[in-house]
Amino acid sequence: MRGNIFRNLSFLSATLSLFLLIGIFAVLFSYAQQSIHEFGFDFLMIEDWEPDEDDEGGIFGGYIPIIGTLLSTLIAMTIAIPLAMGIAIFLTEIAHDKIVKPFSIAIELLAAIPSIIYGMWGLFYFAPIVQSTVGGNGVGLLTAGIVLAIMVIPFMAAITRDSMNTTPDVLKESAYAMGATKFEVIKDVVMPYSKGGIIGSIILSLGRALGETMAVAFLIGSVMSIPKGITDPTTSIPVLLANNFAEAQDLEMSSMYYLALILFVVSFAIISLAKFYFLGRKK
Amino acid sequence: MAKEDIQAVMEVKDLSFTYPEAPGPTLKKNNLSIYKNKITALIGPSGCGKSTLLRAMNRIHDLYPGCQYGGKIELLNPKTGQMENLLDLKKENELIGLRQRVGMIFQKPTPFPMSIYDNVAYGLRLSGLKNKSELDGRVEKALKDAAIWKEAKERLKDSALGLSGGQQQRLCIARSVALKPEVLLFDEPTSALDPISTAAIEELITELKKDITVAIVTHNMQQASRLSDYTTFMYLGDIIEFDKTEKIFVNPSVKLTEEYITGRFG
Amino acid sequence: MNRLLLNKVVLVLSTLSALIGIGFLFWILITLTYKGVASIQLSTFTHDLVEGGIRNLLVGQFTMALLATFIAVPLGVLAGIYLREYGEASKMTSVIRSLSDVMTSAPSIVIGVFVFALMVEPFGTFNGWAGVVALAIMMVPIIIGTTDNMLALVPKELREAGIALGGSKKQVIMQIVLKAAKVGVTTGILLSFARIIGETAPLLFTSANNQFFSMDLTDQFPSLTVSIYNLATYPDEASRELAWAASFILTAIVLFINLVGRYVTRHKK
Repeated sequence: MRGNIFRNLSFLSATLSLFLLIGIFAVLFSYAQQSIHEFGFDFLMIEDWEPDEDDEGGIFGGYIPIIGTLLSTLIAMTIAIPLAMGIAIFLTEIAHDKIVKPFSIAIELLAAIPSIIYGMWGLFYFAPIVQSTVGGNGVGLLTAGIVLAIMVIPFMAAITRDSMNTTPDVLKESAYAMGATKFEVIKDVVMPYSKGGIIGSIILSLGRALGETMAVAFLIGSVMSIPKGITDPTTSIPVLLANNFAEAQDLEMSSMYYLALILFVVSFAIISLAKFYFLGRKK
Repeated sequence: MAKEDIQAVMEVKDLSFTYPEAPGPTLKKNNLSIYKNKITALIGPSGCGKSTLLRAMNRIHDLYPGCQYGGKIELLNPKTGQMENLLDLKKENELIGLRQRVGMIFQKPTPFPMSIYDNVAYGLRLSGLKNKSELDGRVEKALKDAAIWKEAKERLKDSALGLSGGQQQRLCIARSVALKPEVLLFDEPTSALDPISTAAIEELITELKKDITVAIVTHNMQQASRLSDYTTFMYLGDIIEFDKTEKIFVNPSVKLTEEYITGRFG
Repeated sequence: MNRLLLNKVVLVLSTLSALIGIGFLFWILITLTYKGVASIQLSTFTHDLVEGGIRNLLVGQFTMALLATFIAVPLGVLAGIYLREYGEASKMTSVIRSLSDVMTSAPSIVIGVFVFALMVEPFGTFNGWAGVVALAIMMVPIIIGTTDNMLALVPKELREAGIALGGSKKQVIMQIVLKAAKVGVTTGILLSFARIIGETAPLLFTSANNQFFSMDLTDQFPSLTVSIYNLATYPDEASRELAWAASFILTAIVLFINLVGRYVTRHKK
């Protein structure tokens, strides 16, 4: 019966997502075994990354890339959240209808620009500016964080805007009718109403920022050292992988898989938290 | 006095129905006869189960798994003269066969995203008809039977979505009629239309009953009394009264019926 | 009085944020255009990377993206059909739906690592097919999501009408429902294509790069995005210029496809 074949084929395709997820986890986990066996949970605290010249071993630890990932993301979020909220407020409450459309398109275009382009522009145009205003080398934690923020803002703004737009007009009108200012309506009516969506958008953006590779690779400096100052160069998990994965061998490569596993699990957990808990499921 | 030649094409016997996950049955125990070449109306307040009952007649509830039927709905097999329980049908091709004999028109006009011609030909092609000239003939006849041939004949290749609401509904009727069904079920066919289109469709349905048996759900009592030969009054999942339309509207036997007809509740 | 002042401040700051956002967009696009156009010559399109052009890179990137599309579209659309048309309220369906949604935001570098383990290591060489698969893996969840959502917009009466005429489930889905959702589904595919054609991370250690013109997918395969990454780090001026030319062209392509996709949706609505 052709109908049944069709149904079964669609079912198989649907389960593919599930198998992919399990497959990725399984592959990363098994290739990371050597490193997990060698270092265990201490991997998270080890600051070295030294392959041994003679044998295939060495000491590898995820502390620096993890710190780099977290710090660059933190800087990005600190900048992105107020700006994205501002843009969302502008689009939903301030702009006239005629302006909203072109602005929204502009925001979507910003989101569509490939990561590597942000890297190029950031490296040759933005880094020098950071260098001349704040010092340092141009490439480092701060530059990477700022450009990461720019990349994340359109995404966060769009989801926040959609969330805020779900506030029923009657609710807003009742507040205005009591003499509230626009800001008060936003603060006391719209924000609480769309609270879940807003927090969800922040957490989702966080999850995406963690995994961002190319722009950060251009801008963070790719140096295996702990940043002492905000403009110091360092590295992050995606950057380390991007630069060194292909040439690594044995224990070093296994440690890379270990890092990839950590990144995957943490991103997955954060993104799931955002989608399930805060954003609900789009039926 | 001439005795009318009344023959039932459908018999609903002790029909009960429960929606999936519902706490209780929507239809309790319904008995009803649908007579050949007559229009039978189903009326009653919101939630009385009239649409549920209608939709059981072509097993369209089965699109949403988990529903439960009780009792029987018997459909006359014109070849054998026997009544067969359509609730017994299980296989997809049996249900397909049923729906080619018992058609349905919905409240919202549902033109498919294709040309007018393809819309009307859709059911015919599904049933295997491929011959172009035969299709052309059947499509033309169906459009004529649905009183929309004049408006459509120059635009057969145009998208059906370009028609007005009333025209779209007549197109849907043409689509169903093309299959030469024995019974046509109408689920509030004019509630989404303007008064002029409504009048056109009512006229159409009255014409159709010469060849097809009609069952129609309506929340508009005047429509029921205008169009139908028999009327069924339903309330909270039960059939309260079923009789000739004049009787129901002029001299109902049950008090509840009278209260509904006179607008005491609705 | 204070309230009004606070209100004004917030509104001004919000407008400022929007202007800053737009400002960055224009800053990036303008510098890109300025540097890019200055670096483009005819030879950019007629020569391969080995001779200072990007011809093989454009062909390579498009080839991999198209092949990925051919793999991802049937899988994604069929899966979307299952979730929306057959899956109904089953537990499994909502799990898969959510997982798929999460996968659309998964780090692309991890997918590169995954495909490396599966398709590069066993064969001992970087290869174009691995790149194709990595891109396809990124596309599938996106297409599943858009197909699912577009099918959901089709009113249930349309399905019922098809069934009422004696259509089988498969016929109603393919001939009526999918047709009705055609525009939205196509847009989803187009936008996911625009997304993956600009990706670098999944290609870094799957298809890697190739200076020469090649259509051999069993070996290292030319990539526009990976090349930009490499060229930007070379010290010489010519490489830098080529990186800008490539960046400009890549961005133009991506934004063009995006605008086409959105224009089509607006129009057909």
